[in-house]
Amino acid sequence: MFGVLIRIDAVTKRYPDGTVAVDRLSLDIPDRAITVLVGPSGCGKTTTLRMINRMVEPTEGSILLDGADIRQQPVNSLRRSMGYVIQNAGLFQHRTILDNIATVPRLLGWSKPKARGRAAELMERVGLDTSLAKRYPYQLSGGQQQRVGVARALAADPPVLLMDEPFSAVDPVVRKGLQDELLRIQDELGKTIVFVTHDIDEAIKLGTMVAVLRTGGRLAQFAPPAELLSEPADTFVEDFLGADRGIRRLSFFPSDELPLQTGPLVRLDADAAQRTARSDAPYLLVTDADGRPLGWAEPDRPLDRERLLDHGRPFRPGADSLRTALDGAVLSPTGWAVAVDGDGRAVGVVSQQVIGEAIRAAHGRAGAGVKAAR
Amino acid sequence: MNVLDFAHSFFGDPAHWHGYDGIPTRLVEHITYSLEALLLAAVIALPVGLVTGHYGRGGNALALIATAGRALPSFGLLVLMFIWLGFGLVPVMIPLVVLAVPPILVTTYEAMRSVDPSPVDAARGMGMSEARVLFQVEVPVALPLILSGLRTAAIQIISTATIAAYVSLGGLGRYIIDGLYQRDYEKVVGGATLVAALALATLALFWAASRLAVSRGVRGSA
Ligand SMILES: Nc1ncnc2c1ncn2[C@@H]1O[C@H](COP(=O)(O)OP(=O)(O)OP(=O)(O)O)[C@@H](O)[C@H]1O
Ligand SMILES: [Mg+2]
Repeated sequence: MFGVLIRIDAVTKRYPDGTVAVDRLSLDIPDRAITVLVGPSGCGKTTTLRMINRMVEPTEGSILLDGADIRQQPVNSLRRSMGYVIQNAGLFQHRTILDNIATVPRLLGWSKPKARGRAAELMERVGLDTSLAKRYPYQLSGGQQQRVGVARALAADPPVLLMDEPFSAVDPVVRKGLQDELLRIQDELGKTIVFVTHDIDEAIKLGTMVAVLRTGGRLAQFAPPAELLSEPADTFVEDFLGADRGIRRLSFFPSDELPLQTGPLVRLDADAAQRTARSDAPYLLVTDADGRPLGWAEPDRPLDRERLLDHGRPFRPGADSLRTALDGAVLSPTGWAVAVDGDGRAVGVVSQQVIGEAIRAAHGRAGAGVKAAR
Repeated sequence: MNVLDFAHSFFGDPAHWHGYDGIPTRLVEHITYSLEALLLAAVIALPVGLVTGHYGRGGNALALIATAGRALPSFGLLVLMFIWLGFGLVPVMIPLVVLAVPPILVTTYEAMRSVDPSPVDAARGMGMSEARVLFQVEVPVALPLILSGLRTAAIQIISTATIAAYVSLGGLGRYIIDGLYQRDYEKVVGGATLVAALALATLALFWAASRLAVSRGVRGSA
């Protein structure tokens, strides 16, 4: 599916004090995809990333970019062809947001107006209001600064983007926003991204490929996230993935094949006759006049909007995974999950039991039933 | 008579406002020596401080030089230079420059060391040359501290430049030394007041310079 853009070939990094940060690491980083390097603190993620733009020189081995050794071109032109984003954004506090973003285009010799025009485009692309252009970094929140960091890295349209824990210093809500934004930008731009994190959830969410490194800078496993979850190479990877690996794996199974029941759906204004359950569901799902779910009610009682049972978080067949569907069913006191369409209108309900069957079927298809049951 | 009266009659005397011993002449002389000494000291100390600070090497050697420089008594040095070199500008300049180099050197080094390393790392990672990293990333952020080092040096030079009068050069020191010799306290107070005023004006000048030269983004982040 992808070509190889960056080949890390048997690379070892030994620091002058004798620390072996990376040990004979070989990785083929695919073109136009997000490759995540993940692992415990000190396992050599940053060192690996920084060897790609020669901020750190390998002790042994070589790194090829598009087939050519990265040492063949002048170091600064190599770096200008790779966006670089670091943890605290590293913005220049004496420059405005616009001029921060325009840095690399200016280094490449663009005129000031052209570079600034480009910077303004980038602000929009990363979801920053252009009214912030004339501000200085100290006038921005941490999340906004990080967006500026991403915009600055993208400004000269480099084919490669190197990101070292770019979102780890912001709170979880902002982090989720930044992750979603990165995925959206990646959909539009199709960069080759190498992304370092110590957060396995972030790795699984963002990575097309995930490289798990172990302490001492050795590669433990290199696989797509779904495969990592279903077939961890060893106990180190398994432990690193955490206890709820099975549940997380459900994120990779689509929910659009779940059989939905529409019988239990009733409008709040429905009369008693309409309210007779036309399914084996023990409850009715009450919706408003537009069909948006309000809550569950018992079939033989009069409908009282105040006394409905919470319907949990609905899922969208197709858009959401089996994990979200199961989560909805678990959260609902009735044990049934509610499916909605893009406008939030209920399209059916499904029981935990049926979701369970779908999970088993999906595992069967993934051919990993035995391992998952372990 | 109190100090204010002395000052009043000194500045009130029209004879003090022109001629080779007039206030304008002495003031210009004083400013000229001071500026020359400051420029010389800056030319020596700034590049050394910037480069050592940028590479983070030689901090201990700098501290040693600075301590030695501070320990040397300017007046003793002046007398020594005078005996050795005779009358002239050089024996005055040497102690002034020796006095001014340590604060510029040490503050510049410290200013460069205190720059947040992450923008510097980002700048290198984006492919900036070392010279660009130094002048476009580090110096703009270190500027307030660098200026404060220059300001300290300037104030010390201005107050110490009065000793130029000892080797028969002009400057505001003439009033103080001649006044003491002639027991003309009006002159002593007038000279001292002028030196103090010049020092204050220098402070104001540095304040204005830092308003102009330091980016709003740096002032805001401090
Ligand atoms: N300049 C250096 N000199 C000596 N040792 C270093 C240097 N930089 C990193 N190391 C060591 O190399 C190992 C790997 O460091 P690295 O920064 O690559 O880890 P990391 O995976 O990015 O960790 P973290 O998640 O904490 O950022 C660590 O043991 C670290 O102490
Ligand atoms: Mg790191």
